[in-house]
Amino acid sequence: METTSTLEKTLRLLALTLVVIFFMFPIFWIFLMSFQTNETILRIPPQVIFEPTLSNYTALITGKLTSAAGTLDIAFMKNLGNSVFLSVTSVALALVLGVPAAYAFARHKFKGSEDIAFTLLSFRFAPPLLVLLPLTQYFQWLGLANTYIGLIWVYQLICLPLILWIVRGYFEDISADVEYAYRIAGHSWFATFRRIALPLAGPGIAAAGLLAFIFAWNNFVFALVLASADKQPVTVGALAFVTSSGIQYGQIAAAIVLSVTPTLALALYAQRYLVEGLSLGAVKG
Amino acid sequence: MTTLQLENIVKRYKNHTVLDHLSLDVKDGETLVLFGPSGAGKSVLLRLIAGVIDAEEGRILIGGEDMTDVDAEHRGIGMAFQNFALFPHMDAFENIATPLEAKRSSADTIKAGVHRVAKLLKIDHVLTHRPKALSNGQKQRTALARALAGSPPLLLLDDPLRNVDAKLRFEMRLELPRVLAAQGATVVYVTQDYKEAMALGDRIAVMSEGRIRQIGTPEDIYNAPADIDIARLFGDPTINLLDVKPNAEADGVSVLLSDVRIVLPGIPANAAGKACVLGLRPEALSFVPAGTPGAIPVTVEAETPLNEKTVTLALTVRGREILVSRPAGTPGPASGSAHIAVDGANAFLFDKQTGALIARHGSHTGTQGEAA
Repeated sequence: METTSTLEKTLRLLALTLVVIFFMFPIFWIFLMSFQTNETILRIPPQVIFEPTLSNYTALITGKLTSAAGTLDIAFMKNLGNSVFLSVTSVALALVLGVPAAYAFARHKFKGSEDIAFTLLSFRFAPPLLVLLPLTQYFQWLGLANTYIGLIWVYQLICLPLILWIVRGYFEDISADVEYAYRIAGHSWFATFRRIALPLAGPGIAAAGLLAFIFAWNNFVFALVLASADKQPVTVGALAFVTSSGIQYGQIAAAIVLSVTPTLALALYAQRYLVEGLSLGAVKG
Repeated sequence: MTTLQLENIVKRYKNHTVLDHLSLDVKDGETLVLFGPSGAGKSVLLRLIAGVIDAEEGRILIGGEDMTDVDAEHRGIGMAFQNFALFPHMDAFENIATPLEAKRSSADTIKAGVHRVAKLLKIDHVLTHRPKALSNGQKQRTALARALAGSPPLLLLDDPLRNVDAKLRFEMRLELPRVLAAQGATVVYVTQDYKEAMALGDRIAVMSEGRIRQIGTPEDIYNAPADIDIARLFGDPTINLLDVKPNAEADGVSVLLSDVRIVLPGIPANAAGKACVLGLRPEALSFVPAGTPGAIPVTVEAETPLNEKTVTLALTVRGREILVSRPAGTPGPASGSAHIAVDGANAFLFDKQTGALIARHGSHTGTQGEAA
């Protein structure tokens, strides 16, 4: 309808604003907290107007936490680096393994293919702690406990099924005739995979990769059990802010802001790939 | 140009047999039309020839060479699909260039090759467009151009005019023979439209349920359909089919239509007394003045102008419906009662039980399909 009344527009705007406020408020509040000291945060009643300070951020970046009880070393920047490294390499490995596997499951129905695909998905059904206890034992025997390789391996439990199942759906949506046409034109199956299937499933691969990255980034329990301080990601590292002399709300807020930023930036960047149409009007109109 | 031989092809999906011991011979430079209702196995057969799916049994020979186990990319075939199957992320030029790229041709050769087919199909002005920006007619032409670009000796066209509108389809039906002749390839063409089949085919293979029912020139199939189903598929309006019980005559048999005796010369006498179906093409019937010998009295029910012809629905005295067609513009019957002349020599007689055509002595009945 072209003639939307002013009233309708206003009501719509109001509704949208309410939804945005409802979902964004906690993030907004944390953002404000990250610029306050513990004293101003804990003031009753809480105040929106305060004198901003960068002390939380400087503490995180320098790694020196000064509190009433003295100074404390924290490894937040190291944790952030671990998070980035673990998430990126895990997703990269999962893509390298998962995308060709997804293509195989989508295009070649072999004996037991459904069973294998389902088994891979079932990794996500199991409660992580249940898997972790025996895994810790095995990793200690294998010498994989507290190593990046071990962690990246375990992270495949999170990333691989996700990528496999999402990307498989995208491959299945590509008309088989489009791939046949490329084969018949004289190209090998591998060239067909690389130049037809991969580009056409691109938005799906980006979406799956992004989701896997977020899941890997937010993982807590695997790293908590399997990694010691120097290999821990931010999710586990944040525990360090709960000190004997109290909880450092300001630093936690600043840490959250810093650790949310990469995923947020990635999501915003990938957004345009995610909404891009899949088949782009290839088949009949 | 090349030849194509299919020997005893069997294709099954789970327990369903899609192609049932099918054999087919396509001659050098010939355009063979595979015609049949949907589900007959035409598209599956084409994909088998192309090599993108495999048969359970049988052999495929292209140019006399056994290609049964050769991968699709090494068969040297061009194929156009019903749904066009264009690559959405490439523009029309890149789409058409794919067969040439596969041959590792130089950039100049590719450019020249693409422009040659683009000109032939009149799409040289849209080569920079992506499929999304092409009209349906242009998409279809791009798909054809891509199939032709590599100058394949064998061309497979899977109902390429199915998804374009009637006007474009008519245009392409006129244009395709010229394009195919310029290419000089052996062509296997799939369609569900009998007019397309008649217009484009040197020979037509009529398929149903995974078998070839009849194979022959368009004239053969039109003038001597192997069975009732084929007679019904070819012709617009549909052939009149009337249950009759023939009587023996000195030369052939005769049937009674509204108590008027019609002699069918050349039909073997053993057809007499059997339950049969008389097939009368609407255009083989004509209105004649009352009193003409052998004319059948009818009542005119309705008239429909169909572009180049006018179709009349008439009822016999016993209430059987008969369609009569005549060239548009020629005088028709007065409404009410009229008379129809039937030429027994132009009528078909089918066995009602088996549906098979009862052949006449000494007449040409076309080549029967191996599986018929």
